[in-house]
Parts: sequence; structure tokens; C-alpha cells
Amino acid sequence: MLEIKNLVVQIEDNRILNGLNLTVNKGEVAAIMGPNGSGKSTLSYVIAGKEDYEVLDGEILLDGQNLLEMEPDQRAAAGVFLAFQYPLEIPGVGTMTFLKAALNAQRKARGQDELSTPEFMKQVNAAAAKLEMPKDMLKRALNVGFSGGEKKRMEILQMALLQPSFCILDETDSGLDIDALRIVSEGVNSLRSPDRSFLVITHYQRLLNHIVPDTVHVMHGGRIVRTGGKELALELEANGYADYREEEAA
Amino acid sequence: MADVTLMKTPAETALAQAFDAARTTLPGNAESRAQAFEQFTARGLPHRRVEEFKYTDLRALLREIAPFAGLPSADEAKAALQGSKAFGGVAALQVPFVNGHFVREAVDFHGLPEGVEIVPLREALANGHEWLAKLSPVPWASDNPVYQLNTSFMADGLMIRIVGNVETPVHLRFVTAAGSAVASATRILVVVEDDASVTLLESHESTDGVNHQPNDVVEMIAGDRSNVQHVRLNAEGDKALALSTLAVKIGGEANFNSINVVSGAATSRHQVFAILDGANTNLRVNGATMLKGTQHSDSTLVVEHNALHCESRELFKTVVDDEATGVFQGKIIVPHHAQKTDGRMMSAALLLGENAAMNNKPELEIFADDVQCAHGATCGQLDEDLLFYLMARGLPKKEAESLLVQAFLGEAVEFVENESAREALIGTVENWLKARS
Repeated sequence: MLEIKNLVVQIEDNRILNGLNLTVNKGEVAAIMGPNGSGKSTLSYVIAGKEDYEVLDGEILLDGQNLLEMEPDQRAAAGVFLAFQYPLEIPGVGTMTFLKAALNAQRKARGQDELSTPEFMKQVNAAAAKLEMPKDMLKRALNVGFSGGEKKRMEILQMALLQPSFCILDETDSGLDIDALRIVSEGVNSLRSPDRSFLVITHYQRLLNHIVPDTVHVMHGGRIVRTGGKELALELEANGYADYREEEAA
Repeated sequence: MADVTLMKTPAETALAQAFDAARTTLPGNAESRAQAFEQFTARGLPHRRVEEFKYTDLRALLREIAPFAGLPSADEAKAALQGSKAFGGVAALQVPFVNGHFVREAVDFHGLPEGVEIVPLREALANGHEWLAKLSPVPWASDNPVYQLNTSFMADGLMIRIVGNVETPVHLRFVTAAGSAVASATRILVVVEDDASVTLLESHESTDGVNHQPNDVVEMIAGDRSNVQHVRLNAEGDKALALSTLAVKIGGEANFNSINVVSGAATSRHQVFAILDGANTNLRVNGATMLKGTQHSDSTLVVEHNALHCESRELFKTVVDDEATGVFQGKIIVPHHAQKTDGRMMSAALLLGENAAMNNKPELEIFADDVQCAHGATCGQLDEDLLFYLMARGLPKKEAESLLVQAFLGEAVEFVENESAREALIGTVENWLKARS
């Protein structure tokens, strides 16, 4: 279970998150929607532990552990996974080398043995087949020369391999065509389980047709301003965020 | 203007005394030695006001001159070579040098691979071998003080001739293992005949904690349509002051690929002087340098395009940790007649330590009008966003850094064609990174 209490975050004197409260229960798929600049991506980076952000107040607890006291790699080992909105290209680092290093680093942090190469290959190939990824993608340098859709698939492949307990999808639908959206969504849906929670950040309701959320939160001005069921997404799609902007103005 | 007599530094005085003592005993043409030493003495040890030595002030760095090493005994040579690990997994013809001296008994002269002929330089100098005329293939190298010192003192070395396609790599293994500091001046001449091909490995190791002062020169004449793969590893001990020069003249339609990988020595300077002397030749000179502590390493490169339609590529990658200093000086010269030249030179440095320094000086000297030349130089730190990405996947910071450093240096190393040599170099990088964390 993830609990965020009164989170206040700024970057270079700009207040981005303003007393944000959010709870995501085990097994829950929570969607966060909100207009540009409402702080959605900041929230995902702060949970994952990016350095640039200054946390002024509040706490983030994952199963009772205070994430804010942990380095990004420790958070990953504790179960946090952020699927990046813009996955980075790393020239010179082979995809397989990276995957194996990441997997074994997390296993080591949890006190597990390193995975044998055949077992590792088996897991990667199975995950890649599910995501309909061409084999040569795995032979290239990480994300180098990948299309937008391929990069997003690579993120989901990593998620499938690392088996995190709390997954954040930061605008995973951006830059995806209809087929890629379906494949990526199926990849995510196949990972849904009673032990795993998701925080799905998106601008559009479209993604939520594929990954159906249990709850929908509306974020605005660095706070969650409304919470509802999946029907809330449809309402937003119909009316836009204008209501929330007026509220703020009033 | 009044005549100024420059005071000699103690090191310069010691060099003059060493030369006086050695000139009668060193083999070969005493006149050419004397001439080289005279040229050297006229200017003395180069210092920071000499442009090519601005960042590597030898007058300041060479305070004392170690005595020149004598011939090691067979037992000494054997013991020294037993401790040598460079390119361990690479099957190659072993040509060892201990304390700058060719170890004759380690080479089976009758069992050399087909197409390989070798002549010990000591003997060649003594009996005036005809190949000696091929020494100094790059005329302007004789202007260089480090080269002049080597010419003055060269006592040993090897001349190698390559004919046809030689599959077995030739490994020049230099080990300096004397218990107290020694200087050495070794000269290697490699003549690669027209249409011949060879992989030449060169490794330099010495004992830690001893201020050895090797000054090695490797000269090559690569014939028309030849293919030379040259892989050099500086794994010198942590107190060594290692000077080295690669001087090459390359014929037409040839391929010449050289890399210098540096992880050793307190101070090192590797000079590459290359002349592209025939049309349609490809030259690649790469460097991968890893520095820590207070290490200082200088890569100096001069490439002269002396023919039509040649392509040169230079890629130097330097990783500088702690308070170490890296230097890259590269110059591409394109005279009037070298039209259609395509030259690209890049030096990229990664500064890991807060007090790390890098001096980059790329230069182009172009007189022809139909050429494509470019140079670039960068200095930077590890990309924070990439580090975060790797850490967000569970890699601890040091491991994430190592992966990125390896990728950075890998771009220069990946051009090494011989797979086991390439793997050995990657192993060097990995060991350096392991020692860091």
C-alpha cells in the first residue's frame, strides 16, 4: 500500500506539489488525470527518487517504509517501478547487459542469489514474446534507435522482469499508435495482481479504456482535488478540466 | 639582443653526463646519436612555454634522471616476464623486452610465423644492417625532444618485417622490473610490406612504487594496400614516467588502425606522428584513458595528409577521476595537394572527480580547398538523468556510474578488431572501475 501524506515539493523555488494526499491500496489500479502543469510527472519522479526535487514537507510510505529516506535504487529494490514518459537512450550499454545488471542488483539488495544466464534468458524471451518485441531489439544498445512505441514496450518489459509491487506509468500512452497501445496495455493488464498496485498517469481517458482503473483522481494545482470511480474519467473527457480551473479562480 | 646562456637543470646535466658516458659504448652510428643529442641539448627539456609541451612540462616533471638499465640476466628476464599479465588471453607471437632490452632467448627464431622476420636492433646497429636506413620514416618527428632523446640513447629494440597476411598477432611485451628506478630507450621498427597485414599488440608494464622512466619509440612503414591493427596498452606501475612515440608512414589504399589504452603510470605522454603517404588510405587513431589519484596523461597526435582522398578518424576518450589531469593535443595537417581529404577528430572527457582536469587542444591546418575536416572536444560529467534512469531500475550509484563509464570508453575500444584483445581491454576498464568503487 502506498500512502502519501501532505506532500509539498518545489523545484528551484517553484512550488509544484502543494499538500498532496493520496492512498493506493494493494492490488488497486489508480489513475491520475489532470491538465498540463498540474504536477503529475513531478509526483512520479518524487516517488521514484529523482534528485532535482526538494521535498519541503510530508511523507511517502510504501508498505510502511519511508521512501523519502531511500536512494532511487533502494526504492526500486523495495518495489517501486517508474515507467518513464520519455525512456532514455543509453549508447554503449547493451540492453541485455542492462537488464541483467538491474535484475541482479535488485535480487542482491533483497538477499536473493543472482539469476543464472539460462534462467535470465528464459525470462527475458518470455516477456519479449508477450510484448511482440522483435528479437533484435534486445541486441541493441538500450533504447538507442528505438521508436517511441518500442521504448514504451521496453519499459513494460523491464516491469515484467523486475516484478515490482508498485508501478507508476507516466503517460505511457503518449506517442503510441493504436496497436502499440493495445500491446502495452495488455502487457500491463497481465501484470495486474492482488499484490501489485498501479498509479496510471495520463491526460486522456483513452488509455483507461484499455487499463481499466479502480479509482480515478483528478490532480490540479499540485493536489488531488477530486476522487471517484472509473466513470470520473468519462466525465472529464466530456467536460475537460475547465471546472477545476474556475474553482481555483473563484 | 644579448646572448642568453640557459642554465641546465640537474636533469639536463645528468642526461649530458649519461650521454657522455654511453656514447662510446652504445652500438651503431655515433654521429647520428651525437647529432640527435645536440639537437636536444640546444633546447633542453621542453617546458610549459614550448607550445607542444604546455600541458606536460617535462622540465618540471623530470627532476631526476634514472640510470639507463643494463642488459638483464636470463634469470632476471624470466622472473620479470612471469609477473606479466597484459593481453594474457590473447594467442600471439611473444616478443618480450625486459628493462628496455629485447629478450633474445624468449623467441624461437626458427619457429616464427610465416611472413614474420625479426632482427634484434642491438645487432643491427652493431653490424650496420640495411634496414637501418628505414628508421625515422616521419622526418619531422626528429624535431621532437622526446624522440631526440630516444635516438640519442636507443640501445636495444627490434626490427620486424611483415610479408603477406600474418594471422598470428605479434605481441611486443615490455616489462620493466628493476628494483630501483631505471631509464630505457627502446626503438622498434616495423616494416609492413605492400599487401601485407598484421595485428601488432604492445603492452607496457612495470613495478609499482618505482620511478621508472621508459622512452619507447615504435616506427612503422605500412606499404600500399597493407592492413595494420595496432593495439597499445599502458599498464605501467603507479610511479612510472612513461614517454612513448608512434611514428608511422602509410602507403596508398591501406588501412591503419591504432589505439592506445592508458590506465598506468604517474605521468605518461603518448605521441602519434602519422603521414598518410598514398591515396585512398584510411587511418584510425583512438585513445581510451582512465586516470585517478594525481595521474597525468597526455595524448599528442599529429596527422599529415600527404595524398589525395585519404580518410582519418581520431577518437579519444578520457575518464578523469580524483585530482588527475588529462591532456589531448591533436593536429590534422592538410597541405595543398591533399584534396578530397576527409578528417574527423574528436576528444571527449568525462570528469568524475571534483578536482579532475582536462586540457583539450584540437587543431586543423588546412591548405587544400576541397576537403572535409572537423574537430570537436567536450568535457563533461556523467549525465544525471541517465544515472537516475539506471538507479530507478535498481542499480546502486557506483554500479550505474561504472556502466556509463564503460559505455563511454567502449566507443573507442570497439574498433579493436581482434576479439580477444578487445576483451582484454574491456577487462582493463572493468578492473579500473572495480578498483574505484
